[in-house]
Amino acid sequence: MSTASTIVYNYLRSKKKFPHVWCPGCGIGIVMGALLRSMADLEIDKNNVVMVSGIGCTGRMPVYCDFNTLHTTHGRAIAFATGVKIAKPNMKVIAVVGDGDGLAIGGNHFIHAARRNIDITTILVNNRIYGMTGGQYSPTTPWQKIGSTAPHGNVEHPFDICDLAKGSGATYFARGTVYHATQLQVLIKAALQKKGFSVVECISNCHTLYGRLNREGSAVKMIQWMKENAINAKVAEKKSPEEIEGKILTGELWNIERPEYTEQYERLIERLGGKPPAEEKPEEKEEAVTQ
Amino acid sequence: MAEDNIKLMQGNEACAYGALAAGVTFFGGYPITPSTEIAEILSREMPKNGGRFIQMEDEIASMAAIIGASVAGAKSMTATSGPGFSLMQENLGYAYMTEVPCVVVDVQRGGPSTGLPTKVAQADTMQAKWGTHGDFFPIVLAASTIEDTYHMTIKAFNLAEKYRTPVTLLLDEVLGHMREKIRIPDSSEVEIVNRIKPTVPPEWYQHFELTATHVSPMANYGEGYRFHMTGLTHDPSGFPTAKPAEIKEKLDKLKSKIMQNADDICAYSEEFLDDAHIVVIAYGITARAAQQAVRIARQRRFKVGLFQPITIWPFPEKRLRKILENADLAIVAELNQGQLIHEVRKIAKTKTRVVGTFRYDGELMTPMQIVDKIKEAHR
Repeated sequence: MSTASTIVYNYLRSKKKFPHVWCPGCGIGIVMGALLRSMADLEIDKNNVVMVSGIGCTGRMPVYCDFNTLHTTHGRAIAFATGVKIAKPNMKVIAVVGDGDGLAIGGNHFIHAARRNIDITTILVNNRIYGMTGGQYSPTTPWQKIGSTAPHGNVEHPFDICDLAKGSGATYFARGTVYHATQLQVLIKAALQKKGFSVVECISNCHTLYGRLNREGSAVKMIQWMKENAINAKVAEKKSPEEIEGKILTGELWNIERPEYTEQYERLIERLGGKPPAEEKPEEKEEAVTQ
Repeated sequence: MAEDNIKLMQGNEACAYGALAAGVTFFGGYPITPSTEIAEILSREMPKNGGRFIQMEDEIASMAAIIGASVAGAKSMTATSGPGFSLMQENLGYAYMTEVPCVVVDVQRGGPSTGLPTKVAQADTMQAKWGTHGDFFPIVLAASTIEDTYHMTIKAFNLAEKYRTPVTLLLDEVLGHMREKIRIPDSSEVEIVNRIKPTVPPEWYQHFELTATHVSPMANYGEGYRFHMTGLTHDPSGFPTAKPAEIKEKLDKLKSKIMQNADDICAYSEEFLDDAHIVVIAYGITARAAQQAVRIARQRRFKVGLFQPITIWPFPEKRLRKILENADLAIVAELNQGQLIHEVRKIAKTKTRVVGTFRYDGELMTPMQIVDKIKEAHR
């Protein structure tokens, strides 16, 4: 296990990119911490990591991380990540998206990447609101909750992200909260090791907007709520439906095996006599281009 | 010497094989008439050469994927038509802002909206220049024959790599679907340009380094440089900036990269211009009708010549300005309600009258429409 200070030194652009843009108390930093610690655990070479994001509070994460980083347009992180992964199948590609970014404007890319089962680890920070633009309701804002564009209560219903990912073909889905930081680290670690489209939904707090609009209190109070309302899926199995009503099911909720997209495509190339996957080194590929 | 490799080919086919000759390694696209054959051919041929083809969920994703692939080191392209080109505009701006080489082929059809999927038009000329938001100085080429299409596709890749910028190639429905004779050059005859790679160690590397040519050397992901890319206005190291001096510096760099290298980028062809008082200006498929029209008019003793921009953007204004110095009349022929004519009007002096002859009913312009315009406008 690496110590906190070596992780900071190794994985953060610690010299000049701080202070960060997030509000004091925001859960995104906890998600980032869990992600970096799980990468340190796996001793992933940071030269071999591409972190892709879209627009929004979560979208700012790559600026602070010392990987190959790609901050793209709103909602398109997974589509850009798809191009990166196919061009360099040996690289570890991570998409960090928010609930609005990843599931509204980017919802189509989310389901299609899941359907292809392309090896992208998607970290979805779900704070149930558009934070950066000022608290508008998102595809995960619960029914009747308040957003700045749902001042009379949300009349829409939220996505169940687990069902969405499962139904679309993802091979791994886990849910954690920013209160359960250690569990989150374990879940992200498992997702990073999964060959296929994996999703970790990280329940986070936007006390600045969601908390204020819905009178759910400060960061501490909102995170306290996560502590009290999260229930591990394994524990929940033994409880009655009444007992788990309204609770957040956490832990690994879906883990199956299915052929992965880039592996399948590499096999196709091999079958057609293009190039065996063994030659898949960046330098050699550049040579091939010039012929 | 080996015998020439002569083929009968469709424009879309020529485009696909031109891309393969240029060394395309990634194609991300979405089916749309009249461009689909490009995707179909590349889906068949690319994996045979170790390239990778993917049909994305829409054109927004296609544009995103080719940018991602290019940053990871691929030579990437997409092909589409008007409605898809509209969807690509935001990410096209992203590629421009982040200086990512890639090629977008727009096989134009009649618009606006769904318009005329199987009929010809040249109405995306201005969209190619002004489609994305913000100031935009793109490189846009237009082909007029099948052989042209092959070579212009290679040129599009070369310009994209050389100037680290997205390049749009404008074809049209007729060019895309028409069959014509083409000589496929030997690979030894094809000039391939690759992006300039950094020579500095990673700790000194700046992804948007300021240089004399305004083109920055480009590392790819996975080569140890670990740079940041963002569509937010950024400093030379690639990180977001809000400092007025750095913002201006970035936008000046993007503009200068194209405009100060315009002499190298701009291509055009000319015919009978030495003594011409009348200059017909036409591009793409319409240039062929114009060429015929000029020849007919010459037989009828009109002192008329043809100027065909091959690079539409940047518009070859320096050369055209010189040509128009001796001209009384400029006739712009295009398959739209008048788009490129505005560029000609901008540079023409008061002595030169600028008139247009347009067609936008889904049919090709005939040489006689242009001859009639020459007769009518000449006095």
